[in-house]
Order: sequence, then structure tokens, then C-alpha cells
Amino acid sequence: MTIALAGNPNSGKTTLFNLLTGARQHVGNYPGVTVERKEGRLQTNGYNIKIIDLPGTYSLTAYSPDELVARNVIIEGRPDLIVNVVDASNLERNLYLTMQLKELEIPIILALNMADYAESIGITIDYNLLSKLLGVPVVRIVGTKGEGIDELLALVTSGNNQFMPAKAVRYEMEIETAIAKLEKILDSKLETADSLAVADQFQAELKKYPSRWLAIKLLENDKEVTDKFASLPDGNKIIEQVQASRKILNTSLDEDPEGLIAEGRYAYIRGAYKEAVEIRELNRTSITEKIDKILLNRIIGLPIFFLIMWGLFQLTFTVATPLVEWMEILISSLSAGVDNALADSLIKSLLVDGIIAGVGGVIIFLPNILFLFLGIAILEASGYMSRAAFLMDKIMHKVGLHGKSFVPMLIGFGCSIPAIMATRTLENPKDRLITMLVTPLISCGARLPVYTLLIGAFFPQEMAGNVLFSLYLIGIILALLMAKVFRTWLLPGESEPFVMELPIYRLPKLKSILVQMWERAWLYLKKAGTIILAISIIMWSLFTFPMVDKNGQEYATASQQMQQSYAGRLGKAIEPVIAPIGFDWKTGVALVSGFAAKEVVVSTLATLYNMEDEESLLDGEETQVKTFAQLTREQSGFTPLVAYVLMLFILIYVPCMATIAIIKRETNGWKWPVFTAGYTVVLAWVICFIVYQGGFLLGIGV
Amino acid sequence: MKKLLTDLNPGENARVTKVKGGGAIRRRLIDMGIIPGTEIKMERYAPMGDPIEIKLTGCHLSLRKEEAATIEIEEIGCV
Repeated sequence: MTIALAGNPNSGKTTLFNLLTGARQHVGNYPGVTVERKEGRLQTNGYNIKIIDLPGTYSLTAYSPDELVARNVIIEGRPDLIVNVVDASNLERNLYLTMQLKELEIPIILALNMADYAESIGITIDYNLLSKLLGVPVVRIVGTKGEGIDELLALVTSGNNQFMPAKAVRYEMEIETAIAKLEKILDSKLETADSLAVADQFQAELKKYPSRWLAIKLLENDKEVTDKFASLPDGNKIIEQVQASRKILNTSLDEDPEGLIAEGRYAYIRGAYKEAVEIRELNRTSITEKIDKILLNRIIGLPIFFLIMWGLFQLTFTVATPLVEWMEILISSLSAGVDNALADSLIKSLLVDGIIAGVGGVIIFLPNILFLFLGIAILEASGYMSRAAFLMDKIMHKVGLHGKSFVPMLIGFGCSIPAIMATRTLENPKDRLITMLVTPLISCGARLPVYTLLIGAFFPQEMAGNVLFSLYLIGIILALLMAKVFRTWLLPGESEPFVMELPIYRLPKLKSILVQMWERAWLYLKKAGTIILAISIIMWSLFTFPMVDKNGQEYATASQQMQQSYAGRLGKAIEPVIAPIGFDWKTGVALVSGFAAKEVVVSTLATLYNMEDEESLLDGEETQVKTFAQLTREQSGFTPLVAYVLMLFILIYVPCMATIAIIKRETNGWKWPVFTAGYTVVLAWVICFIVYQGGFLLGIGV
Repeated sequence: MKKLLTDLNPGENARVTKVKGGGAIRRRLIDMGIIPGTEIKMERYAPMGDPIEIKLTGCHLSLRKEEAATIEIEEIGCV
């Protein structure tokens, strides 16, 4: 048996999905957290059930790619049963989708979610009566607390989930007449067509849909259904008939049929609602309204927004620093231990300089990552995400985008990959593409270790948080500027209408926040153990070989060897290009390696400085345990200006491999990922050139 | 002159009489429950003047003035 979870955005489908299948899919308190279909399994009462979690949608007329996913699974996939998850505190609007689902004649169970909240604001629902009026089983659930799940499962497995045709919506007489007429044509088309072949094709394409539903969709001028007919032989005859009917309805009722059909559904809902739902007007402002009086205030709303952003980055840096130091001690004692235990050899160099320095250099910044994701998790779970979109819409509109585009950008502070996925909630393909192109400019978590290292090494503690904030701010500003540039020259067009729901605030659940942080930490460690480990070994080899020159002679000094190594030659080759922005060949090598993943810049520098540090020891001098920041300060030869320019470069240049891959997947081709890589490198170079040369001339940080 | 949603001040209530405009915007508004008869309260304007926030029974919506100007209303005073 296959069950689909369908419903409006932010009605709690994924929470229910996780509860039923034991999965840990990402949940949040804003519309559009889920953008893909997710499948899970559930064994209960001897049933083996496949459960599909779908992106939220307000109607079956899809606008955005994520809604299209939901529509396709429901209409084309025709699951055996739909569990329609409905926000009990907002029944009228949520039931609008229910009415459309019913027209598909698929059995439905209505799960009234967040019933506890609805009750707390004075809404009393007569579940039995509602069930009778709508003709579908209704069950009360509270997804976050697991209430009502047993009842839901009992209904699912009761085996008598059938579609009840008697309770379908009846529209105005004129509409019903038009529907009946079309239905008749469709049915006869299915039975007796001009030729057998035509009939067969009609049968094959349309048999799975109820003809009443097809007739309604045609009258509603639904694009997908109309297109389907247009592609069938003889389909145009039907479309002509539809257009004639629409015209007649338009003149006789003075409104377009889709409006009338929608009103018909709402009239039915309002009828049932009035009877089955009792609202005690609690004449008080809700907590959400009170909070919004402050957070969305015309005067202090924006300052608070920036304060929250600033606080997030202070938290990531300042609070995490002592923990990072602690991790550092751990890694450097490990390194020193291995160093002392083994005799000098290639293996030892690989272990100490390649693996421990490379992977360890990345792992020590785990606390920063954890705090960053803590902040983002709270933003996502509280309901503030949509408020940020509301506050920023005007600015986004100015650059030709949408307040909703701001949500992927905020997610981008964590990681560009889910951020690019999140653009699926945008309806207009151009809006979506532009948002995808500029999202990599938003500084993601992977760049944080690089900043942390360089800020720690070259900037005083009291400036650290602000230096970091400035980078994030520059990322946002550049993203907005580039959006404007792309909108003006590359993808001109009107920006889409902006209609967005502002969910109620919820107190983030400690457990789900911890789960989310844990998943992120695990992902980070996994990355360190796989791709970063691999690249560290590769980089170490590129620095170590060849060990002899053309004539087979060993180099006089290790630094000569390094310059002649494969990595050294690569770095020397690109040095002329990056010299004007203040970087030497070593930085060049680190930047090239950073394409694999931005953290790799840190591990490459670690390998490099570790090797150099050993070399700089005088004969007989003991290896000292130095912090990574210390090593960087001593070995890099950077000034604070160069360090800052390097951070800028890391911020802007080529997003990592994984991001390029996801852009390729989401745009179905190589054109846009290559474009993204190209424009970001050029932009990085230009900005860094201006900052470096400007800073140099003005004598700032040199 | 018919009154439009954009004519409301924060705190004022109204009932929708007609959703003008066409295509995607109109459909989206209808999907969100904005149809003739729906009662709407104007909550606020965003700090930069646009978009606006409105309250329907059961939810808060944000939309731009452009879209709000397609919604005709009749005032029903304070409820």
C-alpha cells in the first residue's frame, strides 16, 4: 500500500512522516522546508506501507517546482490513500486543497494537525460531524507530541478507505451543466472514437483520471491538463468545446469559470465549517501578534533584524573560540605524540604533515560549525525566516527578486547545497535561476574554518566578531548587486508576485535542534574523514614529490624541494595571476585545492606550514607544540591586509565542487554551473585587486 | 471609486468584494483564501513601506501593494 502525505505548506507533514517512519527529515517552521518527495516505510498490523512525504502545496494547480512534485505524485502517481495533513487552526484555507483532492476520487484521511494549538485559541471542532459533512474520515493529531497517531494508523489499516462520491462539491447550475456536457464528450470519446487507434490512445492517457475531474480542470483552464489534451489526436476538438463553454459562462455569470469553481469549493467548506466548528472569540492579541508588533515594527524591525544577524556571527565566533582552542590542544598533542614516537620517514611525514595537519586542521573548527547551525536551527524553527523575507522584500524587489529569495540566502549561511535546493519554492524560473547564481556568494559554513584561522592569526580578539560579520555582510551585498546585474542584463523580466504566509511563532524544540546539530556535526566529520582526508593526502604528495631534481640529485634545502614539487610548479604557474592581489604561490595552491571543499584551504595551509615549520628548526632544536594560528602567523608572511584579502577571495571565488554539481542537477546542464564558477572567479579577483591595491596605497593593515 | 485593499490603514477591517486581475496572481490569492466574502484585517506595512501584512481568519499573509491593489473591498469597521 502506498500512502502520500499531502497538505498546505507548514502544516506538519514532515513531522508526521518522521514520526511514522522513524526518519529524521529536516523540519522547520516556515513554508517550503520540504522541496523533494521523500519515501519511507512503515510496518504495522501486518501491513507493509510505503509512505511518501510531499512538499506542501496550496492547490493542485502548481506554480513552483516543489509544488509540481506534489502535484505529479498525487495526480500521476495516484497513491492508494492520501493522508491530507491539515492545520486545524486554519481549516478553511487548508480544506480548499482537500476539496481538490476529493475531486481526484482517491481515498482520503483528513489528519487535523496541531489540534492542541487550535484548541488553545478557542477553536472547537466536532470531528464526527466534520467527517460526515465532508465525507472523509477525520482524525485529531498533534504531530509534535505523537497524539492521535494510533487512531490514524487504525484508520489507515482499517481497509475500508473508499472514495465517497456522494459528498463531492456541487457547483453552480451553469457550471454543472458545462461539466456534464464535457464529461459526456470525454466518456463517449473513451468508448467510441473515430478510429480504434485514437480511442486506444485516449484510453491509455486518460483512463486513470476521473472524467468529472478532467472536465473541471479543463474548465478551470489548468495548463497541464489542457496541454495534455492538445497533444492527443482529436484533443483540439475538446479544447475548442472547452473554450466555447468558458466563453458562455464568462458572459452569463460575469466571472471567469476558475473563480466560480473556487468559490463553489469555498462555499462548500464554509458550510461545513459553520456547522462543525465553533469559535470562541478570545478577544486578545495572540502571542505571535505581540511579538510581531516588535519584530516587524516599522522603526525598529530592521535594526532588530541586523542585530539578530550580527548576534548569530558573534555567537559562531566568540562563544566557540575557547572550545576551538581546546580542540587544538588535542590535535597538536596527537601530532606531537606521533612525531616523537616515530623515526623520521616518509610515512611519518604523511601522518603528521598530511593527515593529522590536514584533517585535524579542519576538525578543530567543529565548535564554530555547531554554533552556526545552532543559530540557523533556531531561526528556522522559530518562524523568523518568513519575517526576514517580509522585512527584506522591498530590497529584494529593488534588485528584481522576491522576499522569498531571501530564505534560500539565509539557509546559504549554513550550506549552499540545501540553499540551492530551497530555490525550488520560487515560482518564476528566472527568479529561481538568479537566486541560484548568487546564493554561492552567501558565506557558507565551510568557509568559516578559513576565516576563523586567519582572523585568529592576524586580528586582535576584540575585532574578531566584527571582521567576521563584515565578510558575511559583503557576501550579502555582493549577492544583491549581482542579482541586480543578472536581472538587468542576463535574465531581464518582471519579478513574480509575492504572496507568502507568516506562520505563528513556535518555541524551538530542544530535541529537534539537538538532532539537527548532531546531523550537521556528523556531516562535517564525515566530510573531514572522506573528501578532506583524500585531498590532504593528495596535497601532501604533490608537495612531497618529486624528491629529486631532473638529474636525480636531492635538493639542497627542503624549501627548494617544495618549490620544485608538483604543487610548487602549479603554484608558480598561477603566481603571476594572483600576485597583483597579494598572494604567493603557496596561497595559490591552497586556493586551487579549495575547489574540492572550502575547508581544504585550511588543511592545505596546515600541511604546508607544518612542513615548513619543521624545516625552519635549527639542528638539535626540539619540536615545539605551536597553535595552528601561531604557525600561520610565522610561516605565511601575511600582513593583516593580505589575510583579509584572502578571506574575501575565499568568500567570493568558485563555490565548491558539490555546489557546482547541485547547480548542474537543478538546471539540467553544464551551462549555469560553468557560468557560476567563471563569474565568481573573475569577481573575486576584481574585488580583491581593488581592496588589496587600495589598502596598500592607503597603508591600511600592511 | 471602488475601495481597494491598499486603501486600508493598519488595524482596519474589510470584506473582499472582488479579486480583479488575472492569471497566476489571481489564482494564488484565491488559493490563499482571498475570495469575495473573506474578511481581512490590515495588520501593518513593512518598514520600507512594502509589502503589507494582512490577517485572514486563521492566518497572516504578506503580499505586495501591487497585488493588494487587485483586491476590491468594502469596509466593515472595527469588529
